[in-house]
Amino acid sequence: MIRSVSKSLLSSLMLIISLLALPVLAGEAEFNQYEEKLTKAKFTEKSRIISDWMATGSGEALSLVQLMLDSQLYYHKKEKQLYRVEKAEKGAEAIRLRDGSLVVIDNKRHFKRVSINNTLRSEFGALLSTAALLAESPADRRSAALDLIGTATPEVVGQLRELIKSESDSSVLEAFNIVLAVADLNGDNTTRAAKAITTLADTLEPAALAALTQFVERSSDEVLVAAANKAIQTHQDQASFYSGVETVYFGLSLGSVLVLAGIGLAITFGVMGVINMAHGELIMIGAYTTYVVQLLMPNSIEYSLFVAIPAAFVVSGLVGIAIERGVIRFLYGRPLETLLATFGISLVLQQAVRSIFSPLNRSVETPSWMAGSIEINPLLSLTESRLYIIFFCLFVFVALSLVMKRTRLGLQVRAVSQNRAMARAMGVRSEWVDAMTFGLGSGVAGVAGVALSQLTNVGPNLGQAYIIDSFMVVVFGGVGNLWGTLVAGLSLGLANKVMEPWAGAVLAKILVLVFIILFIQKRPRGLFPQRGRAAEG
Amino acid sequence: MFLLQILKNDKGGRWLIGLLIALIVAVPVLNSLPADSALHVPTYTISLLGKYLTLALLAVAVDLVWGYLGILTLGHAAFFALGGYAMGMYLMRQIGDRGVYGNPDLPDFMVFLNWQELPWFWSGFDQFWFAALMVLLVPGLLAYVFGALAFRSRVSGVYLSIITQALTYALMLAFYRNEMGFGGNNGLTDFKDIIGFSLSDDATKIGLFIASAVALMVGYLISRALTESRAGRACVAVRDSESRARFMGYRVENIKLWVFTISAMIAGVAGALYVPQVGIINPNEFSPLNSIEVVVWVAVGGRASLYGAVIGALLINYAKSYFTVELPDVWLFALGGLFVLVTLFLPKGVVGLIRKKESV
Repeated sequence: MIRSVSKSLLSSLMLIISLLALPVLAGEAEFNQYEEKLTKAKFTEKSRIISDWMATGSGEALSLVQLMLDSQLYYHKKEKQLYRVEKAEKGAEAIRLRDGSLVVIDNKRHFKRVSINNTLRSEFGALLSTAALLAESPADRRSAALDLIGTATPEVVGQLRELIKSESDSSVLEAFNIVLAVADLNGDNTTRAAKAITTLADTLEPAALAALTQFVERSSDEVLVAAANKAIQTHQDQASFYSGVETVYFGLSLGSVLVLAGIGLAITFGVMGVINMAHGELIMIGAYTTYVVQLLMPNSIEYSLFVAIPAAFVVSGLVGIAIERGVIRFLYGRPLETLLATFGISLVLQQAVRSIFSPLNRSVETPSWMAGSIEINPLLSLTESRLYIIFFCLFVFVALSLVMKRTRLGLQVRAVSQNRAMARAMGVRSEWVDAMTFGLGSGVAGVAGVALSQLTNVGPNLGQAYIIDSFMVVVFGGVGNLWGTLVAGLSLGLANKVMEPWAGAVLAKILVLVFIILFIQKRPRGLFPQRGRAAEG
Repeated sequence: MFLLQILKNDKGGRWLIGLLIALIVAVPVLNSLPADSALHVPTYTISLLGKYLTLALLAVAVDLVWGYLGILTLGHAAFFALGGYAMGMYLMRQIGDRGVYGNPDLPDFMVFLNWQELPWFWSGFDQFWFAALMVLLVPGLLAYVFGALAFRSRVSGVYLSIITQALTYALMLAFYRNEMGFGGNNGLTDFKDIIGFSLSDDATKIGLFIASAVALMVGYLISRALTESRAGRACVAVRDSESRARFMGYRVENIKLWVFTISAMIAGVAGALYVPQVGIINPNEFSPLNSIEVVVWVAVGGRASLYGAVIGALLINYAKSYFTVELPDVWLFALGGLFVLVTLFLPKGVVGLIRKKESV
């Protein structure tokens, strides 16, 4: 699958290059000359014509070879000129290769395919792959070499042995060695095969494993089979190790999402003691802010997130302050009533979003710099978006910790939460601090929404999905403790992903919930309970 | 005599019981009137009313723990749904070979999932008495185990609310799984008959309505008897000052545990009567939103009065039926606004308003 895709990519790329280059090439006369020869040639001659043409150093021959392999090279019977034809039928388009002009076929009988037989097909195939081995960029050379694993003909192997001497890039060298080793493994020479097994044992390429497995099934040489089995074992150990690493990575990224969702709550619930059931909806508002920002700047999606983060912070923060001033401040000291009232607010916010935007999910685009993945080795590649989430989570955590520990606001927040009356006596405007703290926690929820918009669907139910998780994270970590939230979120994320392979996603989640319910029985104050004065009350 | 003793100090309760008895007598009579008569009550309305009564019973169960014990439970719908599932399983077994696949041994969804035999936990549900027992036992047992763990380790207040919510959420996720053997996403439906009576018959519907009214009466009386007893007064003491009650020598954990368990069983009965009247039970009944809605019924009606819970449940459910048909967009705004307004301005609910008027 991948190989065919890469081949067709290669072919179209080459075609474009050749089409662009054709009219300006000095070798136009040369093209015409070979073109004429090719249209008349028999099978045996075609190979010679192509290799002559290749020898002139022109890249056009290669693109023609690719076209022949794809059965798209035709010539016009009267004009004796070459065309690229995808479908030889009336009304279809043909490209005249000489000048790149488009022609509409009016009679398909005028066109005849430049046919090739099986010998030519394999010869041309090898020609193309060895040509790709000479590509400019090391990555291209490497992938071209990896395409050859197990299929390299003796001629190609010979060429590889030549090329390997002049190759300097280590990743390409590794690929060449794998191809050669697989070829040796399939050959008759036992010493070479033994050496090949050691080479293959050290690589992580899945193709090497496949070659070894085939070898074990086929070979009768006991020593070699034992060596190969050992190599296979090494491979499998490596594979399970890297899948473990991948699980940890997934777990950390899920954990980061949980931390992001919960950390705003760690402020409003943990520090202020307000049960804000509308927390999830504040996250949702952040996600919708991202959507609106992208609507406003459709031409610069790449930068939209940098606008969306502060925007979401401000919007969610303001909504939060409005909630605090409008409802919550009348209910301080009555946590159960606060819970009900904020739940009502969450319903209103959900319905508001439904009425304004629509009950359907909105799609938020992911900037291209976040898409893609980093390939560490053939068995392990890390999705970049997850990596950004982890970093972003750490960034938010550090920023929030600094605000709480190093700023005047943070000091006042801690003072008010420990002893309101005393703080007021010292001149702290406790009402203002309440509003600001709630705004801060809500704003962080909004920022979490920006991150979530990159991962899940943005819809009116986005918040509901995270509210229970957020509370679990905060309660598990210990109320009033940002570190606890971080550790709890990451470890819950990890636990979830570690259990997923054998329990399934839903069961894993249920098990985590049950675990937390039981954990709270044992340690009602969470992983990191507050100590000292703050713990009273 | 005994009944009057229970309701001695409960004017609202006397009204409620009287009204329910009147309904039980009047509804079948009014239903038998010719259809063009102005007083005719269509069977559809009776089923709807029966549904409301079961929800009112659930609200009474919630008021018992929230109003008198001070435990804000956000997971009572779980007990309701478990009772419903127990009844649903019995009704599924009654279908027999009349299902779409016509398999006499397995419910349709199991045939669909290619199951070969009935899972062990389905055995016994062919019998009504067994199902009826399970309606009480399963929610009761879950509440007992959950409560024993939570109350002994003195999880209280907001933490308790959040873990009850986590409990119902976990159950919802679990019941959504096909592997659980409870019909997964689609739940249990397509019921045919109950103890030999066809569910589509008008007489059965009226019977279920009467059963619901009787259940509400019995549930109410049990709850009232409880709150009037010594244990009930101990409950209120625990609610108002847990530490003080403990220091006076009361076993706070035991009081909480038993009242919580009884309340869960009442909720289970409510669920069991709800299912045959609506004809379906699915995992959505476990959703945390449902549990919280019940709390709002109680809050609107008025906490710690029991009959307030009934009033709240009937009022809001009637409003819900009306709004979701006439103005579907407005419903969540209205419900959400109600949460906020009641907590801010009506801490004692509708009952509080009535009492205020009387005392003036």
